[in-house]
Amino acid sequence: MPLLFALAAIIAIVATVLAISRSNVVHALLYLIVSLLATAVAIYALGAAYLAALEVIIYAGAIIVLFVFVTMMLNLGDAVQRQERAWQPGRGWIGPGVLAALLLGEFIWMVTEGGLGSQVHRVAPKAVGMLLMGEYVVGVELASMLLLAGIVAAYHLGYGLLPKQKAQQPTSETTEVGTK
Amino acid sequence: MLESPYPLWSLLGILFFALNIAAGLIWLERRLLGLWQDRYGPNRVGPFGLLQVVADMVKIFTKEDWIPPFADKWVFIGAPAIVVATVLMGFVVVPVTSGIVIADLNIGLLFFLAMSSLGVYSVVLGGWASNNKYALLGGMRAAAQMLSYEVFMGLAVMGTVLMAGTFSLGGIVQAQARTIWYVIPQFLGFVLFVIAGIAETRRLPFDLPEAESELVAGFHSEYSGMKFGMFFVGEYIGLVLISSMITVLFLGGWLGPWLPALVWFLIKVFGCIAFFILLRASLPRPRFDQLMTWGWKIMLPLALANLLVTGAIVVAVR
Repeated sequence: MPLLFALAAIIAIVATVLAISRSNVVHALLYLIVSLLATAVAIYALGAAYLAALEVIIYAGAIIVLFVFVTMMLNLGDAVQRQERAWQPGRGWIGPGVLAALLLGEFIWMVTEGGLGSQVHRVAPKAVGMLLMGEYVVGVELASMLLLAGIVAAYHLGYGLLPKQKAQQPTSETTEVGTK
Repeated sequence: MLESPYPLWSLLGILFFALNIAAGLIWLERRLLGLWQDRYGPNRVGPFGLLQVVADMVKIFTKEDWIPPFADKWVFIGAPAIVVATVLMGFVVVPVTSGIVIADLNIGLLFFLAMSSLGVYSVVLGGWASNNKYALLGGMRAAAQMLSYEVFMGLAVMGTVLMAGTFSLGGIVQAQARTIWYVIPQFLGFVLFVIAGIAETRRLPFDLPEAESELVAGFHSEYSGMKFGMFFVGEYIGLVLISSMITVLFLGGWLGPWLPALVWFLIKVFGCIAFFILLRASLPRPRFDQLMTWGWKIMLPLALANLLVTGAIVVAVR
């Protein structure tokens, strides 16, 4: 198990670094997907199979798909790629890089000295559900209320655009027919 | 949870059968479509046209495999592989019989949902990497469609999970052996799951990402040769996978009287596949906004209501 965890963790770190440094947005997103999948394997290696499955379903399977979707809609071309490349080499990288390296060192020390293998115990989906719906039910409900507020707000913001679109649709169709 | 005595043989057997059934489906679909449209379908190559599959394979392998110079080369090459890989991964958790199963994980159903949600990338990235307007439109449609219907698919099966009390697919079949097939108490969930399953596999009537009358061939417009073949075969393996999941979750898996378990499983799976082909032969394609409206305004409330009522009944009975 520690070997599986270490391998997955290394893949996750490398993929994340590549995701940050790519200038092509879709390539960066591909590395981000790999990073999330590797994180899921790492979580699985720690015994939380349920959490690993949710990580893949929600992050890799839904949220990043939305990212890709938006990237496709924006139709980013070579100009954006050149701009990204111009931004990349800079002093802004030094601070975060040093801090992230410190965290990485701390993490490696934790894994090797702390003996991660001894702490692994399997957690079944039921145990997670019992905790979420028992001890932490208030937190879950608060989070769901926050999400509901977000959905209502998004709907409200989008609603203002609806009548305009409806008014535009028939005119564009008629002009198309007219030109033909 | 089920333990197979021969996990390696199960793996090889399931892989062999999944790939061959998928190839055979090309023939089966065309013959059945012919039957329902009052014509013959392929009937010249071999007995009953059975060797049509071989002829098609020879053709597809010898066609020019062209990568457009304007495409994003590596993403373009990788995209068709993703669909086949994720769909085949989905078979890992499918219990064919109590002895033929690769790995009956205790998160089996979630694993299936995770793999089916990763399958979206194949279509989306294929459409994007082609650098073609029609392909891009197809890819965007696929992203919106599959992302939405995944939600309803997950919610629709939660009723069976509540009743069986486990995510393990083997456990769900065993729970059906103790009570009845879940298609009866979970009929609404069954209908929603079938609809979401068609949308997930991008089969007609929900084949909007590749709607040939509006988008040339949608996301795979630029693909040729075996790369196109991978999308094609991936769709058929996906059809077998979703039929297997319907069988396992709602139709009692391998359960049934008199006949051996494997035969029952295959009968049910092929029944589902024939139903999918019948849908293709008989239903028109909706507009894309109709598809999304149908999903979010009808499927989602129904799936949530189904979950709520099932949960209330399960609590009341216990």
